Amino acid sequence: MQPLTSRSKIVSDKEMTIKEKLYLPAILGGMWITLKHWFKKPATLRYPEVEREFAPVYRGQHVLKRDDQGRENCTACGLCAVACPAEAITMVAAERKKGEEHLYKEEKYAAVYEINMLRCIFCGLCEEACPKEAIFLTDRIVHTEYERETFIYGKDKLVEPIESSERIDVTKRQKHLTEKQ
Amino acid sequence: MSSTTDIIEIDSLDNEFQTLNLGPTHPATHGIFQNILTMNGERIHHSEQTVGYIHRAFEKLAERRPYNQITPITDRLNYCSSPINNLGWHMTVEKLIGCKVSKRVDYMRVIIMELARISDHLVCNAVIAVDCGALTGFTYMFQWREKIYDLFEAVCGARLTTNIGRIGGFERDFSEDFHKKLKAFLAEFPEKFQEFRDLTERNRIFMDRTINACPFSAERAMNYGFTGPNLRACGVDYDVRVMNPYSSYEDFTFDIPVGTQGDTFDRFMVRQHEILESLKIINQAYNNLPEGPYHADVPDFYLPPKDEVYNNMEALIYHFKIVMGETKVPVGEVYHSVEGGNGELGYYLVSDGGRTPYRLHFRRPCFIYYQAYPEMIKNCLLSDAVVTLSSLNVIAGELDA
Repeated sequence: MQPLTSRSKIVSDKEMTIKEKLYLPAILGGMWITLKHWFKKPATLRYPEVEREFAPVYRGQHVLKRDDQGRENCTACGLCAVACPAEAITMVAAERKKGEEHLYKEEKYAAVYEINMLRCIFCGLCEEACPKEAIFLTDRIVHTEYERETFIYGKDKLVEPIESSERIDVTKRQKHLTEKQ
Repeated sequence: MSSTTDIIEIDSLDNEFQTLNLGPTHPATHGIFQNILTMNGERIHHSEQTVGYIHRAFEKLAERRPYNQITPITDRLNYCSSPINNLGWHMTVEKLIGCKVSKRVDYMRVIIMELARISDHLVCNAVIAVDCGALTGFTYMFQWREKIYDLFEAVCGARLTTNIGRIGGFERDFSEDFHKKLKAFLAEFPEKFQEFRDLTERNRIFMDRTINACPFSAERAMNYGFTGPNLRACGVDYDVRVMNPYSSYEDFTFDIPVGTQGDTFDRFMVRQHEILESLKIINQAYNNLPEGPYHADVPDFYLPPKDEVYNNMEALIYHFKIVMGETKVPVGEVYHSVEGGNGELGYYLVSDGGRTPYRLHFRRPCFIYYQAYPEMIKNCLLSDAVVTLSSLNVIAGELDA
């Protein structure tokens, strides 16, 4: 057949030289390579004792952020649920009552916020959709469970603790999200 | 008993066919697909293929999703090189909406796509060696596939199902960490890859095992619609990157490795050399990476910066419109194809102006290879059929959409 371009290059040479016809050099050469690898640092980590460092933009388990005063950022606009290609997010909105100002940042909040971790594909579109700095993906991994029901994460697992020492740090990825030209 | 019946009995013994199920969950098929083989001893007399074990109705699913939400679906086509699928999809939508991206975006895409091609070919070739009984090279090469995944992680945050890039460019610029890791990769990988080449390419055991294992003529391959490395192994130098350049591939010089007779060894060698060619392309693209914005100016499709969303009403409106998929999309149909890890990966997209595609079809090369598989393995040995399947690199995710 005529070549279609001038760039083609035949790469497979099926003729063996006499050296290659003798099995031995190839076997010894292969063993030499394996032997060298024996003395190298192993490429694996001893998980779970040692954990790998994730990239700052790693897409792991979600967190619902609070602001500096410990109020929930989420206003239940539903944009994350709309943006979710896997339809994993459900929420029920409620109106903030008098006396709850210290809990919720704005007049509307999510009374129920659930992410089904079995449906979630960790694409990060919810984080990108959020206009209120409320939902972020983190470098934590969703743990395995025995029951299907336990994979539906409600607000108890998603909202970060109110104590400032137990807050989940997302400043690094926030930098990457907002850093635009 | 008369002598005639004896002969008949011996004859019938010779022609006694046995049915053998290779798959759906056989370790040698590397995916979920079934082959019902009618065996005459060790030789395959006839084979019947079943597809659809992981059918997920992507094309139908895409008809209910806005354009930006289809990207995560394309991840799951050929999951060994999902960035190529993602970026190919972005380019298709850009073609539809008439968006022109900058040279920098093109070059960034080329770097990511060629890295994905290397990882795809590494998996395929390492697995061919595994099916021939050489597990060692596989363990060495998988370390480097992980390094490539580290690079993807630095850009987009995920390793396998990447969802990388956005319509109009990238979600963020290459980070410092990425530059560091890419430089280290380009410096160290060629030497390690040479080691794998030393282990396999001129090893007589490997050569005896793969040369003449299920050859396929160029004519038959073209009749079936082969593309990519499997067609090039038959000796046809067809490459979408050269024949129909996209994403500034015309700027780079690289060769098209071709084989001679389309057997397993040819397919292996073509992929080996494509890894080297990909490295050449990455080096050229990275050394000449132009300055400029990492996304095009398409406010209707590319999300505004978060700072502005928080503080600026207009940006917030655009943000809501894009996320909810309410931006105007022109009516029309486009076909765009990219050179995927396995061959020409095409997207046929029909838009009626609505928020979702009217119809979307993926041209999946693996589906085509699998149609030719029965013809390729006819009258071959069972062990040859196994290496042929892995050298065709049929990925179950791309077989069933």
